[in-house]
Amino acid sequence: MSEPLKSRKRLSSLIYSEKARGVFAQILVTGGIAFIAWYLISNTFENLANQGIATGYSFLSLESSFGISEHMIEFTPADSYGRALMVGFLNTMKVSFLGIIFATLIGFVVGVSRMSKNWILSRIAAVYINLFRNIPVLLQLIFWYTLINNALPSPKRALEVLPDVFFSNRGVLFPVPAEHPAYFWMGVVFVIALVGVWLLRRWALAHRDRTGQTFPYVWAGLALVVVSVFITYLVCGAPTEMSTPVLKGFNFKGGAKLSPEFLSLLIGLTLYTSTYIADIVRSGLLSVPKGQEEASTDLGLKPSQTLMHVVLPQASRVMIPPLTSQYLNLTKNSSLAVAVGYPDLVSLSNTTMNQTGQAIEAISIFMAVYLGISLVISLFMNWYNKKMALVER
Amino acid sequence: MKSLKLIVGGTIAATAALSTFAMAGETVDSIKAKGYVQCGANTALAGFSAPTSEGKWEGLDIDLCHAVAAAILGDASKARFTPLTAAQRFTALQSKEVDLLARNTTWTLSRDTKVGLNFAGVNYYDGQGFMVAKASGITSATELDGATVCIEPGTTTELNLADYFRAQGMSFEPVVIENAVEAVQTFFSGRCDVYTTDASGLASYRQTAPNPDDFIVLPEIISKEPLGPAVRHGDEEFADIVRWTHIAMLEAEEKGITSANVDTFKKDSKDPGVQRLLGTTGDMGKALGVSDDWAYNVIKQVGNYGESFDRNVKAKLGLERGLNALWTDGGLMYPAPIR
Repeated sequence: MSEPLKSRKRLSSLIYSEKARGVFAQILVTGGIAFIAWYLISNTFENLANQGIATGYSFLSLESSFGISEHMIEFTPADSYGRALMVGFLNTMKVSFLGIIFATLIGFVVGVSRMSKNWILSRIAAVYINLFRNIPVLLQLIFWYTLINNALPSPKRALEVLPDVFFSNRGVLFPVPAEHPAYFWMGVVFVIALVGVWLLRRWALAHRDRTGQTFPYVWAGLALVVVSVFITYLVCGAPTEMSTPVLKGFNFKGGAKLSPEFLSLLIGLTLYTSTYIADIVRSGLLSVPKGQEEASTDLGLKPSQTLMHVVLPQASRVMIPPLTSQYLNLTKNSSLAVAVGYPDLVSLSNTTMNQTGQAIEAISIFMAVYLGISLVISLFMNWYNKKMALVER
Repeated sequence: MKSLKLIVGGTIAATAALSTFAMAGETVDSIKAKGYVQCGANTALAGFSAPTSEGKWEGLDIDLCHAVAAAILGDASKARFTPLTAAQRFTALQSKEVDLLARNTTWTLSRDTKVGLNFAGVNYYDGQGFMVAKASGITSATELDGATVCIEPGTTTELNLADYFRAQGMSFEPVVIENAVEAVQTFFSGRCDVYTTDASGLASYRQTAPNPDDFIVLPEIISKEPLGPAVRHGDEEFADIVRWTHIAMLEAEEKGITSANVDTFKKDSKDPGVQRLLGTTGDMGKALGVSDDWAYNVIKQVGNYGESFDRNVKAKLGLERGLNALWTDGGLMYPAPIR
């Protein structure tokens, strides 16, 4: 008699329990999503099999048999698809990394100029921002590419702007030091010196907190790096041989080259993104109350110290989150490289998926890579944001 | 362009996933149901597949597509065209965005197998060549060591190029631009020393140069490029119709049947071969799953292969039949018997 009553009581209490209902709803949603995912994936594989389309990632080890113009690692048509994608990944990283650095530098200069009391300077900055921000970035890339190809002369009539620096529609060629072990060791010493500078800075800050004495660690650090690298150069025999570009047959041999594809992509992405960064800088600087600057001047800090120690740390708290998304945008926009023939990850994935017919695999690879790059940038910027936020008293 | 590719890429996954009930004859049924044939065409390749100034598509590949529409639906005008770049074409076919790929596509082993295509014949025998600026003074492909070469990605051209230079022990620098028209313009601007694609394509693109006489096509042909229509793997019924439509156009030329005189042939011809072809006797159409006057419709509305070749390839590009002549004239076009 009491048994059914009890269980009914338990059941009805489950219906009325908010927690039980919540758990039930979550199970339902998760199960639904899992079912849809399973349905789509299993059907995809079934249909690919029906059409006789190859699946799996084994194609990555096959010989690619196509050429790539720009590669940071050795690449010939005899290398594999996997290596071709690696080349594309490195090319994407190269243009994104340089783009982020230049866009930030230009963005800061333009942003500060925009706030300048000099009317002409601030107008020029405003025109710059409005011009490059309001034209779609794809059109800008094509514009720069067409301009470089059509405005610059053929290699035979290349403009020699500086001795051994050539501008032609094959790109910009400039001399670089010829290969020598000295440069490797200079790189090693440079990294060691950077660690030294970091230690020096830590010591200098601790020393300042302890005694109130400042130590010019920036200049000392710079001297440390320059002197140690230069000594390494001398010790390794001070090589002076240069690799200079020389016109041979069709093209220049020797030296280093920035191709029209790379240049147009870098210029386009940099100019476009720098306009957003300029406005972010402006909003950051405007967010710091004027009283902060006045107070720090009254305390006797120099204008540069006021900027570095009072205004920027506070402004950067406002600036970092939107900067992060601009860095992500630039990296993702670099996939427009396809339009100007720069062999980035997407471009080489496209070629790969066409030669192998394995579109899903190739797309999955570059989606995963972009997601990875974006997450790394986000993590770094979040870490930096947290570090800056701690400055708040 | 990029978004289109992402859409195509996305739809391949989505459509592959959603269309569970794939079976033979599916494409023919869907063509009959929707009332037109959706063809993947080249974006702009005069003589093969290019829109006129009125937006009407013309070319040898376009004619084949019209012919397939005539065979299945009895009306050649029931064909629609999706312009595709080389890199988009296979995905578009696999994802059922188009029914038929009639886009100067080279028949290769891996495309016939791994890429999931079925080639339904060869409607143009071609080979890869090189185009250079006349001012460069180059007269042979063997002088191209160190050259910068403009190409379209995802083509056999791209692979042949690398093979050729490797075999000759020469080096080259590729400039790879997805859209063929932009790739050619980049070559004309002087960014590249060489543009390479199929010889017919070179003839076609050369005409788009600011001054075509400034450019020459080198004599070397470095590859075999049998270009033909492709359908999805596993779509045998549709592949048969496409294959035999092409053969019917060849057979008509061999028999001297044109769009102008086909009615006379149908009425008067005592040749059993012609009667079978035009459907006055036999059940050839039924065997293919179309009406028995399928070939009559093709010839009447589109014409035979020679007519199509003359008004497109010969008239637009000035190219002679060469390998594409009938076997009776020393060419490779050899129609299998319709019986």
